[in-house]
Amino acid sequence: MGLADIIIKFILVVIIFAISLLIALYSTYAERKVAAFFQDRLGPNRAGPFGIFQPFADGGKMFLKEEIIPTSASKFLFIAGPSLSIFTACIGSAVIPWGQQLTIGGHVIDLQVADINVGVLYILGVVSLGVYGVMIGGWASNNKYSLLGAIRAASQNISYEISMGLAIIALLMVTGTLSLKEIAVQQHGFWSHGWFTWNVFKQPLGFLLFIVCAFAETNRTPFDLPECETELIGGYHTEYSSMKLGFYLFSEYINMFISGAVMATLYFGGYNFPGMHYFSGNMLAILGVVVLFAKIFFFIFFFMWVRWTIPRFRYDQLMDLGWKILIPLAIANIVITGIFITFFK
Amino acid sequence: MSTFYFIAFLSIFFSILVISAKNPVHSILYLVLTFFTFTIHYILMNAQFLAVVNFIVYMGAILVLFLYTLMLINLSKESEPRKSNLVKLAAVIGGGCFLVTIVAALKAFKISEPVILHDPNLGLVKNLGKILFNEYLLPFEVSSILLLSAMVGAVLLATKEPKTT
Repeated sequence: MGLADIIIKFILVVIIFAISLLIALYSTYAERKVAAFFQDRLGPNRAGPFGIFQPFADGGKMFLKEEIIPTSASKFLFIAGPSLSIFTACIGSAVIPWGQQLTIGGHVIDLQVADINVGVLYILGVVSLGVYGVMIGGWASNNKYSLLGAIRAASQNISYEISMGLAIIALLMVTGTLSLKEIAVQQHGFWSHGWFTWNVFKQPLGFLLFIVCAFAETNRTPFDLPECETELIGGYHTEYSSMKLGFYLFSEYINMFISGAVMATLYFGGYNFPGMHYFSGNMLAILGVVVLFAKIFFFIFFFMWVRWTIPRFRYDQLMDLGWKILIPLAIANIVITGIFITFFK
Repeated sequence: MSTFYFIAFLSIFFSILVISAKNPVHSILYLVLTFFTFTIHYILMNAQFLAVVNFIVYMGAILVLFLYTLMLINLSKESEPRKSNLVKLAAVIGGGCFLVTIVAALKAFKISEPVILHDPNLGLVKNLGKILFNEYLLPFEVSSILLLSAMVGAVLLATKEPKTT
């Protein structure tokens, strides 16, 4: 790998990082606008036209607020919690193929930071690491509500990781590869050999399981029990203030963005779109990126749509759903997929 | 090679911290770091699949459960039982004897030949899968039955008393 390649990779990393932060920033604005729309209100409309500068005002407020570290808290872990949370949220984007190859001045640029051949498992690993930020923060606060939130987060994540993994296994049986890039390439176009190429049409049940688990893993309503304010005040971030609270809230939006990207890549064809054979070269690559982001924005909107539509589960209902419904369904999905592959391919 | 020594040093350093940390939750967090260094070891050996699985299963699931249990049962910081000096003395003597035995045993050894793999890409998913499901299919299935029996046993222990409702 020459110096030019390293510089290109570095620029790509910076761009992806900046885009994920920007999208997370505007997701907070979009969330409030969507909520306002669902509740027949106006939403934020003071800072700039249509309240478009609201996220910056919120961010400035977060930075300038007084920072409080409780005296009985474990200081190092209290700071490590939110840092770890936002760190794990950001590293997930490394294996996502954002588009096809782009050619600029003779350089062929892969729009993917790292094409590792265990890409899908890397995503699972990052997801499983995400719970540490919440657990450490909740425990280090030395507060009963925070601890309860942390414990809820841990058991919820562990439970839903299993069905998420099982849903992915069925998907991997169809694709036969763990590399996200190859999975995206396999879903080229929209229709071939008498069936849709996108995996959602090959694995409809798997996608349903995956999206439910994605809601649970990102701690979004209806599964936001770790920060359930009616029972736990604020859950794991009860004791947090200023930008450390901001990091926790922000990492949730980055997670939403990344899980939207993962769902779009795994099930909804990634950067592929119907009629893509009319284009070629850089045009195709750029259109692919645009299409992928359109899909991601749809998923982010879907997350918000569900949040303002469906009420929160009770904790035992959450566990029942995870262990008694999703896991048996996921195993049945694997068996059906296996039978189908054996007899019809 | 120097990377290996650095990571090996970190592994040993963190594992010493695991047993010397006063607070059980800190111990578990050091254990997480220790397992993370193991993951790096696997990557250095080009065993990507093993690295990621170690990451997901040990760091992401088992240690989270450890942490979960400790948070539930051990809420106070200074709950570690105080040991009497006699026990400490006995432990030092015992540990010293063990060290002497280990050193004596190791001195008799020659330095082992480094194992050279026939196929350096053995750890990649495709090759590993082929080997596991062709050459070692029976041991693989037997070990999965072992895990299943352990799981059934755990469920049986957990639901020892039949529900009256």
